[in-house]
Amino acid sequence: MRRKRGQMDGVVLALLLVLLVLAAAITVAGSKKFGWWLRPLASEHGAAIDRLFVTTLVITGVVFILVQLLLAFLVFRYRGEAGRRAVFYPDNPRLELAWTIVPAVILTMLILSGGRLWSRIQLSSPPPDAFVVEVWGQQFKWAIRYPGKDGKFGRVDMRLISGDNPLGIDTKDPASKDDIFFPAGEGELHVPVNKPVVVYLRSKDVIHSFYVPHFRVKQDAVPGMVTRVWFVPTRKGQFEIACAELCGQGHYTMRGILIVEDEAQVQEWLAQQSTVADLIP
Amino acid sequence: MAHEVHAQTEVHHEPQSFWTRYIFSQDAKIIGIQYLITAFVMGFVAMVLSWLMRLQLGFPGKTFPWLEKLLPHAAQGGILNQDFYLAAVTMHGTIMIFFFITAAGTGGFSNFLIPLQIGARDMAFPFLNMLSYWVYLAACIVLIASFFVPGGPAGGGWTMYPPLSSVKEALMGSGWGATLWLIALALFIASTTMGSLNYITTVLNLRTKGMTMGRLPLTVWALFITAILGLLSFPVLFAAAVMLLLDRHLGTSFFTPYLVVSDKHIPHEGGNPILWQHLFWFLAHPEVYIAILPSMGITSEVLSTHARKPIFGYKGMVAAIAAIALLSFLVWGHHMFVSGMNPWLGTAFMTTTLLIAVPSAIKTFNWLATLWGGNIRFTTAMLFAIGFISTFATGGLTGIFLGNPPVDIPLHDTYFVVAHFHFVMGVSAVFGLFAGVYHWFPKMFGRMMNERLGKLHFWLTFIGVYFIFFPMHYLGFLGVPRRYYAFDQYDFIPQALVHNINVVVSVAAFIVGAAQLLFVINFIWSLFKGPKADRNPWKANTLEWQAPSPPPHGNWGDELPVVYRWPYDYSVPGAPEDFIPQTVPTVPARRGDGGDGKGGQASQ
Repeated sequence: MRRKRGQMDGVVLALLLVLLVLAAAITVAGSKKFGWWLRPLASEHGAAIDRLFVTTLVITGVVFILVQLLLAFLVFRYRGEAGRRAVFYPDNPRLELAWTIVPAVILTMLILSGGRLWSRIQLSSPPPDAFVVEVWGQQFKWAIRYPGKDGKFGRVDMRLISGDNPLGIDTKDPASKDDIFFPAGEGELHVPVNKPVVVYLRSKDVIHSFYVPHFRVKQDAVPGMVTRVWFVPTRKGQFEIACAELCGQGHYTMRGILIVEDEAQVQEWLAQQSTVADLIP
Repeated sequence: MAHEVHAQTEVHHEPQSFWTRYIFSQDAKIIGIQYLITAFVMGFVAMVLSWLMRLQLGFPGKTFPWLEKLLPHAAQGGILNQDFYLAAVTMHGTIMIFFFITAAGTGGFSNFLIPLQIGARDMAFPFLNMLSYWVYLAACIVLIASFFVPGGPAGGGWTMYPPLSSVKEALMGSGWGATLWLIALALFIASTTMGSLNYITTVLNLRTKGMTMGRLPLTVWALFITAILGLLSFPVLFAAAVMLLLDRHLGTSFFTPYLVVSDKHIPHEGGNPILWQHLFWFLAHPEVYIAILPSMGITSEVLSTHARKPIFGYKGMVAAIAAIALLSFLVWGHHMFVSGMNPWLGTAFMTTTLLIAVPSAIKTFNWLATLWGGNIRFTTAMLFAIGFISTFATGGLTGIFLGNPPVDIPLHDTYFVVAHFHFVMGVSAVFGLFAGVYHWFPKMFGRMMNERLGKLHFWLTFIGVYFIFFPMHYLGFLGVPRRYYAFDQYDFIPQALVHNINVVVSVAAFIVGAAQLLFVINFIWSLFKGPKADRNPWKANTLEWQAPSPPPHGNWGDELPVVYRWPYDYSVPGAPEDFIPQTVPTVPARRGDGGDGKGGQASQ
């Protein structure tokens, strides 16, 4: 009786593992259809990221199915019986070598393709004619600054930050005069479509992370330093910026708006905005 | 060599009073049990905190009048407030990782198993050992005390990234709560350092005659290497914690640059927040292996015993543990791909991170091969060990996404990460701990646990954790960020779908949490009413099963056991029974490879 119950445990466990594999396979295979897939892509480099993601999903998916089904088979097939003797099989160097080398080869392939893509996204410099903008994180909103007509940002100094000068822009620096800025929570981030966009990131208080799900973009904004991320938007429209690094009580509300439009429209819109010279005496 | 150094050949005088025997005990077995019970109590606190988080995430905006009665300051109007939500996130992670899993795995099982499995009478330094437990208890008390200070407990996440954690204006929990968090962690590190020194010294010096390193059970190998990892990595976090305390209270600027927090100027100078991340993860990545390795050792031992088979590829298993330990020091930067550190480092850390999957794969396939051809007894311990393999494989595979920096970009700090680490080092580590308690309970207390209740506990937990954590992968696909109090602010998050997933996850979390009460009931009931256990109820080979259940003070009576073989001579052809304890000297002829058992090959 006791032994029977023990045998049942093996059968049930095997069945559960098979169910797990089925449920995982169906939900992953149907994830696009069910609507729990990656957000619709809107950037150039994102296509390569998505491809590598799918490759990894296929490889790990096959291994997942293999391992869980093998486990199910083993607990089903070798569930105990009184009087039977297990096999004495302490090792098999050739077999162990096989499951050392095969994963090592697969992982090396992933390392190579990941490394190549990473160097394209992160190690390469943006082209010199890229559209440049600066985004500042502060609890719990985003501030924005454009370099203006001269294409250069004026100097900033956190000590100069005040009610009138929320980004601490040094008005003595001639490059600052034509800068265009929007205090935290005011204004949207306008960028041109099909053109490289460089975003320099700064923070006034704690670490934030500039996260645009549709662009496959995520980069921390760290106080005391400037970080950089660049991308090419491929779709016009309005997208959301979220914060992806815990930044305090209102972290979950730190929403920003990014608008992708034709370059002429962006320039036209920029020309209508007040500059530092207009706003800070 | 080392095993000839018998520092403890004399039998210790057994302490008589209740206080010296069970409370201020210097007996490693009692200290191990103290560690285990304290750690499980802490784990229970962390689980209740996860319930509160799941209540908010599964049922946002709903009012629960009872919640306000329970937590008048944290849930005005019956809704958990944002500050306490973040405190719950932080304390859940901190307690689960350090104060539960690490404490139970290293403190609990190292103390109980190392002396017994190597044939020693006790640890090398019994007084230091007692001190280690009491400092751990002090750390627990300081951490729990932070629930009762102004501003509440720390809320910056278990990673405590400055400046959020270094400036009290940045967050409610960054006042008193963060200070107590740092002190608790410093105490915890002092405790683990004392423990690690003890475990390393004991394994190297107090092995009984015949117990060569090549004949150590895999539990001892895992605990030994875990102790080395802890000794080398924890002190770095100690230094970092002290530096952060100095930034907070003495105006230094290690991690804190000039800041303006909600219009207030905070005049620090030149600190770098990323420095903390390097120091933190230099510990905290080895730490996840400190958490998982003891459970890997337990799983190996339990699988072999209950499949009635030698562990497959003993040497490969030891080499894999060593390789994991070595690589674990070189992968910390994979937590920082988008942190702003130099992206060239990303390439280096990607390589080491993906390579660490190789020894993990070796271990997984060796466990599977251990089951092949076995005669599996599905005890509760065995079910949890098999559950370990399943959840470890599930969580390990998702690490391949996150270790690859371009793929990490969309997934970083989303629920995909939450799913990944809960499977690979949360759930699987806890499954290992449960397997260990069910397996060694008879040795600890001389009574058997109730198998029927144990199995019910397993089935509910095993099915439940997949319902909790598997759907989180899809939240990750959708890009849903972690550590969010609510998701209603964003249009890119499909509201109805994400809400439905969150309801399923929350309900499963409540059920799994409640199922842990079965374990508590079983534990307490069996302690007093469980059937008496004999010396070796599982017919296992390792030394502890040769001692009485529970073993007396000094473990072995007058004579120390002598070891003649490796611990995995199960189902040896021609042997009268399907197990041969390590103390049995001669062996019936088999396969013509000498009379020393397989251990003759495994040892030098």
